[in-house]
Amino acid sequence: MTTPDLLIVENLVKRYDGLLATDDLSLTVRQGELHAIIGPNGAGKTTLIKQLTGEIRSDAGRVIFAGQNLKRVSEPGRSHIGLARSFQITSLFQNFTVLENVCLAVQAHSGHSFRFWKKINNDTNLTEPALTILQHMGLEQRAHTVTSSLSHGEQRQLEIAVALATKPKLLLLDEPMAGMSKEDSETLIEHLLELKNRYTILLIEHDMDAVFSLADRISVLVYGRAIATGTPDEIRNNEDVRQAYLGEEA
Amino acid sequence: MSLSSRQVINSALLVFLAALPFLTDWVGDSFYTGLVARILILAIAALSLNLLIGYGGMVSFGHAAYIGVGAYVVGIGAFHAFEDGIDWMLNGYVQLVAAILGSAVIALIIGAISLRTRGVYFIMITMAFSQMLYFTAVGVETYGADDGLSIYSRSDMLGLIDLNDEKSLYYLIYVSLLVVLYLMHRLVGSAFGNVIRGSKSNEARMRAIGFSPYKYRLTAFVIAGAIAGYAGFLMANLNDFVSPDVMHWTRSGDLIIMILLGGMASLFGPLYGALAFLMLEELLSSIPLTVGGLRVGEYWQLLFGPLLILVVLYARNGVDSFLPGARKGS
Repeated sequence: MTTPDLLIVENLVKRYDGLLATDDLSLTVRQGELHAIIGPNGAGKTTLIKQLTGEIRSDAGRVIFAGQNLKRVSEPGRSHIGLARSFQITSLFQNFTVLENVCLAVQAHSGHSFRFWKKINNDTNLTEPALTILQHMGLEQRAHTVTSSLSHGEQRQLEIAVALATKPKLLLLDEPMAGMSKEDSETLIEHLLELKNRYTILLIEHDMDAVFSLADRISVLVYGRAIATGTPDEIRNNEDVRQAYLGEEA
Repeated sequence: MSLSSRQVINSALLVFLAALPFLTDWVGDSFYTGLVARILILAIAALSLNLLIGYGGMVSFGHAAYIGVGAYVVGIGAFHAFEDGIDWMLNGYVQLVAAILGSAVIALIIGAISLRTRGVYFIMITMAFSQMLYFTAVGVETYGADDGLSIYSRSDMLGLIDLNDEKSLYYLIYVSLLVVLYLMHRLVGSAFGNVIRGSKSNEARMRAIGFSPYKYRLTAFVIAGAIAGYAGFLMANLNDFVSPDVMHWTRSGDLIIMILLGGMASLFGPLYGALAFLMLEELLSSIPLTVGGLRVGEYWQLLFGPLLILVVLYARNGVDSFLPGARKGS
């Protein structure tokens, strides 16, 4: 079986004042899979996402995405070659409407924006793809609502919708269920099950039910290192993982 | 097409401003035409600054510098035409292009450096640059140093319009205001404006979805600087005088106060703000009351200060929040 690797992380390191947030980490994400990363708090999961998106610089190691070394690619540049992320702490354009949030992401991928005259509102080149995405995420009813007046669950859905609007090859989802109620989580899991068929996804999540029902493969991160990678069954039965992580909860 | 009550109020204001020179003729006091002309010029500058502050979240504290550049272009041109007989330097179109290009280039340089910083640092660095220009003007003896430069002849528009005629000058200023209002309206609603507003709202997300805000911000900075430079061109012609004082950091502060007074989130806000600011100055400083041998009017800022505090505390969008259909937030 040779599914090509879309993302290859090799010996990645990030140091914060002597603390190793990412410690010689290597992992791969295969084309088409949903790869989950779990690990206790402080395991370096969000740091890893930031290193992948280019928000922070790595101290060593390399990241290869779709065959391209990302070392010299800026954060906006990485978005343009197909890396998209959602944020653990909701990060939207709060004073924009739901539709405007998604439109802005579509706009970012529709050529340069040094266009000073033509009205952007109701530009169907932006609104049509944006509305399609909102429909997929079940937010079309809220299209003209100002984002700040959405419920927390809806904002989390919009987080993902904005990421989808950049037409990604790889979706990096940073705890999409953070702070969600049980019902909202279940709705989101259904959306993710559907997205999983269309996108390659790297998912960071604390919700174990979600992870084990969604993931094709799981990597377990502890103190910035991947101590195990495997199918959900393999991870469930891995002795190291039980000791390091699952054991505490089981 | 039906107009909202807000649009009716805005249009009424514009109609009133158009009729003003004739109204003052009728009253027989042209003082107010001069005052309002001054207000409109400052409104143009405040509108350009609002692109940065209100829509872009870039609190530039040195915007008066570009007014100064535009004004000095007119002053210096008139000076050399008068002293050395270099006639082309009095050509209004040459002055106009020089005023706009000059302030744009200086905004490009200042912006390119300042926009690498954020928050208080951005405020301080833009103020520092404008003070550098201020002290440069203070230091140049040829052009009057801190005494300033009297302008003996206004820009020569080659017969197209006579700026020596106060009414013609007023209408040039008035039409300029309309053009800048419309320009801002288009700009804010364009793809470019969307990026500028998005970068104020959430820069981290902008980068994550693939925008590099810097080049867009710098472009906005240059556009705003160029418009302020044009305001300076008008100002010098209106005052027949230019001095380093137009660039002093307190003048930049006045522009920010106008934006606060008028309302940051709206197109017309800076116009209302400029009107409110100068009318209040005029009104408060002419209070005839005398307390303990001191004329209250001379200390008008003592009254203006608390008023500004009230606006900031209770009417976040200034005059704009009192108009019908005021938007919450931006």
